[in-house]
Amino acid sequence: MAVTLAQAINQALHDAMAEDERVLVFGEDVGKLGGVFRVTDKLQETFSEDRCFDTPLAESGIIGTAIGLAMYGFRPVPEMQFDGFTYPAFEQIVSHLAKMPNRSRGRVKLPVTIRIPYGGGIGAVEHHSESPEAYWAHTAGLKVFTPGTPEDAYSMMRAAIAMDDPVVFLEPKRRYWMKSDTALPVQTEAPHQAVVRREGTDVTVFCYGPMVRTALEAAEAAADEGWSLEVVDLRSLNPLDAPTIVASVQRTGRAIVVHEAAQTLGMGAEIAARVQEHAFYHLEAPVLRATGYDTPYPPAKLEEYWLPDVDRILDLVERSLAY
Amino acid sequence: MADAAIDPRELLPPDEPVHLLDPDGTYHEDPDHPIDLDDAGLRELYRLMVVTRKVDREAINLQRQGQLGVYASCMGQEAAQVGSAYALADEDWIFPSYRELGAALVRQVDAAGLLHLYRGTWLSDHDPYKHHFGLMSIPIGTQALHATGFAMGARLDNNPIVTMTYFGDGGTSEGDPHEAMTFAGVTKAPVIFFVQNNQYAISVPLEKQTAAPTLAHKGVGYGIPGRRCDGNDVLATYAVTKKAVERARRGEGPTFIEALTYRMEAHTTSDDPSRYRTQAELDEAAKTDPIARMRNYLQQRDLYDAELEQAIEDQAKEVASYVRGGIYDAPHGDPMELFEHVYVDPTGHFDGQREQLRAELDARGEG
Repeated sequence: MAVTLAQAINQALHDAMAEDERVLVFGEDVGKLGGVFRVTDKLQETFSEDRCFDTPLAESGIIGTAIGLAMYGFRPVPEMQFDGFTYPAFEQIVSHLAKMPNRSRGRVKLPVTIRIPYGGGIGAVEHHSESPEAYWAHTAGLKVFTPGTPEDAYSMMRAAIAMDDPVVFLEPKRRYWMKSDTALPVQTEAPHQAVVRREGTDVTVFCYGPMVRTALEAAEAAADEGWSLEVVDLRSLNPLDAPTIVASVQRTGRAIVVHEAAQTLGMGAEIAARVQEHAFYHLEAPVLRATGYDTPYPPAKLEEYWLPDVDRILDLVERSLAY
Repeated sequence: MADAAIDPRELLPPDEPVHLLDPDGTYHEDPDHPIDLDDAGLRELYRLMVVTRKVDREAINLQRQGQLGVYASCMGQEAAQVGSAYALADEDWIFPSYRELGAALVRQVDAAGLLHLYRGTWLSDHDPYKHHFGLMSIPIGTQALHATGFAMGARLDNNPIVTMTYFGDGGTSEGDPHEAMTFAGVTKAPVIFFVQNNQYAISVPLEKQTAAPTLAHKGVGYGIPGRRCDGNDVLATYAVTKKAVERARRGEGPTFIEALTYRMEAHTTSDDPSRYRTQAELDEAAKTDPIARMRNYLQQRDLYDAELEQAIEDQAKEVASYVRGGIYDAPHGDPMELFEHVYVDPTGHFDGQREQLRAELDARGEG
């Protein structure tokens, strides 16, 4: 049965709410409207306004009250409507959500899953296409997950909500309509594990979220050129599954990291560092990065020139193989 | 969600703050703010204020001896804190800033443990669930949202508890208390926003903090009644808070209370208030001291004598001495605890860093 990534998340939220009455879904427009992407469609109808409710339009308020609700004993799943609207909540996420369990020496648990649709590629207006993942991945106390397939979207969301740690759950919005033939519920690998999506022998391509599909397309195109790409879907940006990352490079000897976010101090920098720390003698070429540019996210008509695509990846494959 | 529309006039703070005790201890009855405390309760308010001041003084001394890195005094604000916290039931929750020593002592939080934040040993060393007292919060005003979320949870759960959060006049300039009031007003959350207007946000005086007629007017825009009281009058802070607690418990929603008080000490021990306020102003403020006022009242009621004074003084000394010992003897944390409690389930985290610290400790002979 074909299911989209958005439907998979909707089903995960539904099933989590059905299973545990302490699970609350709230945010801007998540109730009657079902979310601007309809990811929370019918949850309010099914579970009442007490359990799926529209909040005032105030992001710090959404996360700050989620912390209070979690302290009380609920398992909040707040939505930040878009990546670029998360910044007003930055202090609550970084100073309180991430730190309070540690400050209280484990006495306070904050099982909060923050849903954030992120990334570009849908022709959106300014502030609706950002990739802020490095902020969250840099923050101790948070876990940061991002699914690249509908199956993972379901399974990782269920895992995130069931977890007692705070999770930033980044949803690749350009893949909301991507379909898989799958039957839900489905359980995939544990979210802290990276997964080899395609095996290959020449170059490893590390990717996550929206770029998983792009990387697989690049691997397909590369095969026509006679290059064998291994595609590793990181899935979790914090923690990073270093053993899987290192093992893949030890097999291929070459690595490229792909992400939409700007290059400087992005996830690619961390992956490159890990690889050279742990697989230096296996490397045949420097670790290369196919990323967005170090500029603000561009207007929609220019985003195709900004976003990494199959060609940008293949150019780097060629460069890597030339060493 | 809202029931009958609220009359905007009901939201406005009264022209005069509620004031029940004159500095000489003369009591003015106010039928709207009855005091439901027996003699023991009245003495208890006084005792808590005296102990708070003693521990506060001890903390300042400890900082000067280098035992605490810094300390934020609550001297002068004892009535605002003790009266308001005493108006809550034990099952109600308090979400404090970093200055609420008096409220913490009402909640029987271990004062030595509380000071570990300033000592640099632990970040928070009390169990919030045991005392119904949240972690001290240093980012200004942010805890107002935690109190509101907690109160929303209680309401969803049909649990008739109330939460109260403290912040200062500076806190009313931050965004989070306003988002908290928006949420609380809309959801009728049983939360009380208790502002101790101590006249200064570090060095910035109230008139540079707000152009509002009073801070209590800030509640009005959120559909929340604004109330004011003399914050150096422990009976007034008690009575006004009690009314807000009862209102919240009846399901009528939040209240915003402004307690007018004065910070007698520096913002923290790192601050130099002589740069921004005069000795004359301080001398004037000292005339409204909350502890002397309550003592005068108890004397007028024949509830106070030398024996009681001695007993309370002895007890305050004992608590201060206990705090001193608790600070001197506070163990430095085990360095390996750095990695504890960051995650409930630290799957894949720290990637060798724990082992690195262990090796460094071994090399230093501290393993």
